[in-house]
Amino acid sequence: MIMKTDDHGGPTAARTIPVRVLRQDAPGQESYWERHDVPWEPNMNVISVLQKVAAIARSQDGRPVAPVAWDCNCLEEVCGSCTMLINGRTRMACSALVDRLLEEHPDGIELRPMSKFPVVRDLVVDRRRLFHSLQRVKAWVPVDDSFDHGPGPRISPEEQEEAYPLAECMSCGCCLEACPQFTRIETPKREGETDEQLAARRTAAFDQGFIGAHAVSQAVLFNKHPTGKMIADERMAALTGPGGIQMCGNAQNCVAVCPKHIPLTRSIARAGRSATLWALKKLFDR
Amino acid sequence: MAQPRVLVVGGGLAGLAASMRLAELGVDVDLMSLVPVKRSHSVCAQGGINSVNALTRQQGDNEWKHLDDTVYGGDFLQHQPPVKEMADWGPRIIDLMDRLGVPFNRTPEGFRDQRRFGGTLYKRTAFAGATTGQQLLYALDEQVRRFEVEGKIRKYEFWDFLSPVVDDSGRCRGAVCQDMVSMQFRSFAADAVILATGGCGLVYGRSTMSMVCTGSAVSRVYQAGAAYGNGEFIQVHPTAIPGADKLRLMSESARGEGGRVWVPRTPQDTRDPRTIPEAERFYFLEERYPKYMNLVPRDIATREIFDICTTDGLSVEKDRLCVYLDLTHIPKETLDRKLGGILDIYEKFQGVDPRTTPMKIFPAVHYSMGGLWVDYERSPTGGMLEGSPRNQQTSLPGLYAIGECDYQYHGANRLGANSLLSCIFSGLFCAAGVQASAGAKRAPAAESLYAAALRREEERHEALIQRRGGGENPYGIHHELGDLMTRVATVVRRNDQLAAAYDEVCALEERWRRCSLSDTGNWTNQNVVFTKSLGDMFPLAKLILKGALLRDECRGAHYKPDFEMPGIAATDPEGKRREAEEWCDRFEANTNKWLKSTIANHGADGHPQITYEDIDTSLIPPRPRLYGLVGGEVIEEVWRERLRAREVNGGQVATREVGVGAQS
Repeated sequence: MIMKTDDHGGPTAARTIPVRVLRQDAPGQESYWERHDVPWEPNMNVISVLQKVAAIARSQDGRPVAPVAWDCNCLEEVCGSCTMLINGRTRMACSALVDRLLEEHPDGIELRPMSKFPVVRDLVVDRRRLFHSLQRVKAWVPVDDSFDHGPGPRISPEEQEEAYPLAECMSCGCCLEACPQFTRIETPKREGETDEQLAARRTAAFDQGFIGAHAVSQAVLFNKHPTGKMIADERMAALTGPGGIQMCGNAQNCVAVCPKHIPLTRSIARAGRSATLWALKKLFDR
Repeated sequence: MAQPRVLVVGGGLAGLAASMRLAELGVDVDLMSLVPVKRSHSVCAQGGINSVNALTRQQGDNEWKHLDDTVYGGDFLQHQPPVKEMADWGPRIIDLMDRLGVPFNRTPEGFRDQRRFGGTLYKRTAFAGATTGQQLLYALDEQVRRFEVEGKIRKYEFWDFLSPVVDDSGRCRGAVCQDMVSMQFRSFAADAVILATGGCGLVYGRSTMSMVCTGSAVSRVYQAGAAYGNGEFIQVHPTAIPGADKLRLMSESARGEGGRVWVPRTPQDTRDPRTIPEAERFYFLEERYPKYMNLVPRDIATREIFDICTTDGLSVEKDRLCVYLDLTHIPKETLDRKLGGILDIYEKFQGVDPRTTPMKIFPAVHYSMGGLWVDYERSPTGGMLEGSPRNQQTSLPGLYAIGECDYQYHGANRLGANSLLSCIFSGLFCAAGVQASAGAKRAPAAESLYAAALRREEERHEALIQRRGGGENPYGIHHELGDLMTRVATVVRRNDQLAAAYDEVCALEERWRRCSLSDTGNWTNQNVVFTKSLGDMFPLAKLILKGALLRDECRGAHYKPDFEMPGIAATDPEGKRREAEEWCDRFEANTNKWLKSTIANHGADGHPQITYEDIDTSLIPPRPRLYGLVGGEVIEEVWRERLRAREVNGGQVATREVGVGAQS
């Protein structure tokens, strides 16, 4: 055990944090564990641990190693970049405080990339599918143009209070990582395939996969908006098509891991009811 | 003729607004960003977005007053026509964002709610919870996604802008960029390039800015010949939460609700703050400003907190500068009701409950008022002429700059909630002019031009990757640069320190040339991307320091105690009057000398060449900012008399000629 405390219960100068990182040099390559000892400081989060790993650039046994690659940007849990598995749990690295993690797991910190997205390198994963799902459900208000047409529709405080939490979704992907129905889609480049062919094949594969809780919730958000609902049918078509809401197994993991506490299961339930009504309506409209 | 094609670099509010409007105008857009655009730094803006609105209008507000507040708050260091145009567009922009689905907070009747922000008497600020920037960004991100599906906008996310491609005539014809995943280089031909790459907070190491705010793209076009304006004007927010990785904002409302700022009278007292008796606490803001107490203006609070830690050595901690911001005397229920959201942020990132333990806070670099120099064309009504290709154009024709990376709107100090407005406005407004510029008939650039530019970047990259044995660590050098800049070029500036720091930055730049990379691979190499961006921080650091060194005055965020103009010392009416006359004489002399934008051009020797540009103050004559100054009322009286006398004499305040490089 490397961590020690001095007589006053405070840290000694030599205190270090053992960090295990599951690394992978590139797509298609074997992953491997690497251990780093990072000097402890007050108020550290997992981002500052990774910054130190990059600055030290040596593994625990003193070998020079390339810095661990990871995604981050705002560091205040609002941009959605730094999702990873920390001690096995999907969460944002910026709001994962080292002292709290060490209280739960005194042996150290374990970092792994998200498992539901293809690894680009180390802790960096390719989350294009997540944004593609937002295209599938047409997660936007279909305005005529951006010229001046006066204000938007009147909206009651109650409606705003309902919409705002859904609008806080930062596309981090935690809900997808935790979802048993959301499985990894990886489309490695084939021999002789052009970039365009690869992109088309990837899009086709994405279109068959489960859209995920985040996209369902966005569809609900825009189907409630007075202008957004004008294309509600198109969203319902996406929600009830391949990879649609029927794939949800109601495990309710999504809502448990959402860092923004978005009521995802409520959105799913609401979308499910609308989907049933929409299917009936379609049946009778025939 | 082929469709015009525009490259937009940066996908925050400004870049997205420009992309959306250009796509709508029928221009094909390549949108490039270091991160997926939805993760841009605009998401961090909390407070709101300013504009005149139906309610304030009926209380006497109008666009002219918004203009006045903005230029007064900015200490008159900005051309007024662009600010006027922005204020005029404000109401339309809020309406547009409302139509795009931004969940603005609502009144019981269903109208948009507004709050009051600093620097104005009106409730101009529309807001969406505590994440207004995020909500505005998402609305534009959604529209851009819609155009992406239609094939009008092509996104290049995780791409790094390396250099503009400039032809023999000096016009920007595209850019060389690098895919940060595959590390492949590519040159992009473009009929116009728009930079919307935000601020340069990382020059200061840690700030409230996001990790992509390195300023590298701006530095790269500056090194390629684009002029940079007012670099020394950097806004420092008084209260941020110091973190090992970044400094997170703690809203002013904590003090608004009764928060008290203090330090132990014993330097670095190791006792639990809750056990330190009242008599051994130094409530320095309350003692020094009995009238305003903890709610002194932002720049004063910032300076006092900075000084108590540095000059007086009373920082709470030894290794890390901070003071206590104490809310523990306020009932927990009150705190939860009024400040719940921001206290949760503190708790989340510090792991300490601010309801029971005093927070530790310190000022932090927050916003770059300066940025790339951009042009505009004045309209007959004193605003900007829409559709002019000059609007937002840098000194390199064909290269535009919008949002925080231009120098245009905030002068010497930015008002709260004006940044979101300036970003969306400059993005929307520039589009018509960019379209005109991009659509103009001109011979296509030679393929060899792009090939040569690409090769230069490849060679630079290879040289960096293959550099051996220098042993310098880029992360260590960045740390040193940040500490140095934070120490000398933030809150309080002294010429001896600035001059010494300039030499130190040059020395750090030399050491940077000896950096060894710990990753020499060619796949998602974040090490080389960072090291490059670090190299591009030095030219910016130098122009900030040089601009600050040369500017011997106090203006907005630029504070030099050696050149402060003290208030009135006399107590008798005659003495007061005499001193006020002298004060106004000095103010006029200083205005004549220093009411000019600092313009930096990158010299061949790597040092900034500084010239000064006169400012168009034709709409609102400059006047002294007297907030909190002793004897301010007498000075104001004298100043008003002088203004009246000038009007009687028919002497309009002269409209100065505008242009880069005007003589100082």
